[in-house]
Amino acid sequence: MTTLLVGPFNRVEGDLEIRLDVQDGAVAAAHANSPLFRGFERMMLGKGPLDALTITPRICGICSISQSAAAALALADLAGVQPAPEGAKVAALLHMIENVSDHMTHFNLFFMPDYARAGYTGADWHGTVVNRFTAGQGSALRRAVEARAELMHVVGMLGGKWPHTLAIQPGGVTRTPTARDLIRIGATLQAFRRYLEAETFGGKLEDFAGLETVEQLEGWTGGDVALFLQVAAATGTGAMGRGTGRYLSFGAYPLPDGRVFRGGTWDNGTEAPVDFTAIAEDISHAWMLGSTAHPRVGETIPDEMLREDAYSWCKAPRLGGRTFETGALARQVVVGHPLARALAAEGGVRARVIGRLLEIALTQLEMERLLRDIHPEQRFMDQVTLPANGSGVGVVEAARGALGHWITVQDGAISSYQIIAPTTWNFSPRDGGGTPGPVEAALVGAPVTEGEDTPLSVQHIVRSFDPCMVCTVH
Amino acid sequence: MNILWLQSGGCGGCTMSLLCAEDPNVIDLLDGAGLEFLWHPSISEATGAEVRRILDAVITGAQKLDILCVEGSILRGPNGTGRYHMMAGTGRSMMEWVRELAPLASHVIAVGTCAAYGGVSSAGENLTDAVGLQYDGGHAGGLFPAKWRTKSGLPVINVAGCPTHPDWVTETLLLLKAGELSAADLDGYARPRFYADNLVHHACPKNEFYEYKASAEHLCEMGCMMEHLGCIGTQAVGDCNIRGWNGTGSCTRAGYPCINCTAPEFEEPGHGFTETPKFAGIPVGLPSDMPKAWFMALASLSKAATPKRLAENATADRITIPPTLRKPKP
Repeated sequence: MTTLLVGPFNRVEGDLEIRLDVQDGAVAAAHANSPLFRGFERMMLGKGPLDALTITPRICGICSISQSAAAALALADLAGVQPAPEGAKVAALLHMIENVSDHMTHFNLFFMPDYARAGYTGADWHGTVVNRFTAGQGSALRRAVEARAELMHVVGMLGGKWPHTLAIQPGGVTRTPTARDLIRIGATLQAFRRYLEAETFGGKLEDFAGLETVEQLEGWTGGDVALFLQVAAATGTGAMGRGTGRYLSFGAYPLPDGRVFRGGTWDNGTEAPVDFTAIAEDISHAWMLGSTAHPRVGETIPDEMLREDAYSWCKAPRLGGRTFETGALARQVVVGHPLARALAAEGGVRARVIGRLLEIALTQLEMERLLRDIHPEQRFMDQVTLPANGSGVGVVEAARGALGHWITVQDGAISSYQIIAPTTWNFSPRDGGGTPGPVEAALVGAPVTEGEDTPLSVQHIVRSFDPCMVCTVH
Repeated sequence: MNILWLQSGGCGGCTMSLLCAEDPNVIDLLDGAGLEFLWHPSISEATGAEVRRILDAVITGAQKLDILCVEGSILRGPNGTGRYHMMAGTGRSMMEWVRELAPLASHVIAVGTCAAYGGVSSAGENLTDAVGLQYDGGHAGGLFPAKWRTKSGLPVINVAGCPTHPDWVTETLLLLKAGELSAADLDGYARPRFYADNLVHHACPKNEFYEYKASAEHLCEMGCMMEHLGCIGTQAVGDCNIRGWNGTGSCTRAGYPCINCTAPEFEEPGHGFTETPKFAGIPVGLPSDMPKAWFMALASLSKAATPKRLAENATADRITIPPTLRKPKP
């Protein structure tokens, strides 16, 4: 058996190191290490609760609005209020823009370029992929960063800038849009739709969103989606990296009449609501001191000695003692989209990537619908008075899945702030029972060619999760 | 010129912001200027062992390095080991890597306030002992001492901002490539003066409210946010309201205060970010270069002269009273 240390692992957000035990040409065991600790939960202690709105978005440059939205909801919960309905809609729109933007960044900049590698030279599809997706160069990447930057104008207008807006507040949003602003945003969304339909999907978004079976998916012939399907099948990578079939979503985009994508769990065919009391973070293999705890009472005390029997700064969240995979695929499986459900059992590289593409199409349709339902004559923010003592929780869906903030305030200052981010779930280390985290489990069996020091199969599988490592440990 | 980009103790948001560059897009922009990434964590193909070989080649001198960009602060803890941030796959701390690579680069750019001064990563108790490349908060001397100079003779160039504006980064790179960025083009905190010679206040759409001290009392109201809501755009450097963010945005345009994110120690204002500290009911902190007595005199005068339109609009969430139109000539 040989051991490989894979890192720096790039085209993921943040720092990642994977240790692989390789035997008989395949990964026998994987250990995921999140090697950066900054201590955001500790920074919050003693500060005024509203400071969470400034500090927590800066946990992550790619999920900034997700962090912002979770913090705002946690503060609203602390105050026992709901944001102004129109404010909630604008917050949801801002959040949708970020999530769609993250999905397209992942597909174009992070994930697809691996198929342009020299290792695939000679395959009949390789020339096309090199043209479209060579890292930092391909024609699809150039067009994608342009379309993304233009889409972000919506955040510029409503949120001032991206990342790290302070526009989302517990009572709503800080800027009241005018009818003119909304017309302008509509024009930006239409331009984005044109880009998606011309380049990514090569067809109508409604048609892709309407796919129901794997056979229908495999019959899709348009755009970069079809290119991905062809390549995933030809290389055999689409079937790699199968998960456990357990999916978690906290539910995305809270609006006055409920969440746009409802939350829940899916365990190989069995649906259930999320039991938030059953969440616990295990620290047996994390460089953390303390004990397994629910985030309401959890602590963050880094082990300065980096003890030998631990291997990551990431805690290991478990729901009812078990691992769950979270992300776009999980979200759409939980919602019950027929294509996502059809891919739930497959649960590998192809399923995760298609889950994200499906959600780009679905979310664009939701953004268009939501925009039509924003009423500029209404109030977009209510004044909120926070209690000096109390606690609150805010849960949202970041692009990468379930994100929760748990806050406790004493005498007007934060006494506890705990965060569980999506990749904390997906890239968690082993727990006390020795059960590996989702990516660790998904890597077992990945083929390793003789002489490979950074196995390509491992890269495809890891990137199919779209990890955000800066959120993971925070 | 080539660029090696490392992400240290930060959020990656300055890279994400960089990808928002427009006119032209960031890839065409850098290509067109003759700038290429030797390696970038979010963009390059090379991963794992391939990256380690690139870094080794720089260290042995087989690969020249023109520009080193560091994003994120340097985490020196625990106990000076740097082990709160080991560079994946290398068994060495990012602190050691930057210490070894920076002297080999012609230019070194600290991208963002974390890399420049410590930034948000150093907030609170600064558990990780985070520090900037050449500053520790507002004090000169960080990972590198105050008098240290890169091979080009310049100090670390601090493209501060949280996040940085994409143009601040690309224009700094383009100026370096053109050989048009000298020590005189940097301000007292080593920030490029092309954006740091402006104040966020310049072109702020709330300027008329500021002129009459017509203040917003709550976030989402139209008035000036200096008196009650913590805005320090009159002291913060940056051309945020001149060039616009993500199209035409800026913090104050979106209805929330400037928190001076281009400055050292902005992360610890000593009060809530969205509240203005006051002494005897009067805001502490003056607009840059404004004599206190004059400010007080002008403020009380202008406050007394505030037109009804501004007084009412200041505490409304939209314009309720439009400007009075001039009557046509008889």
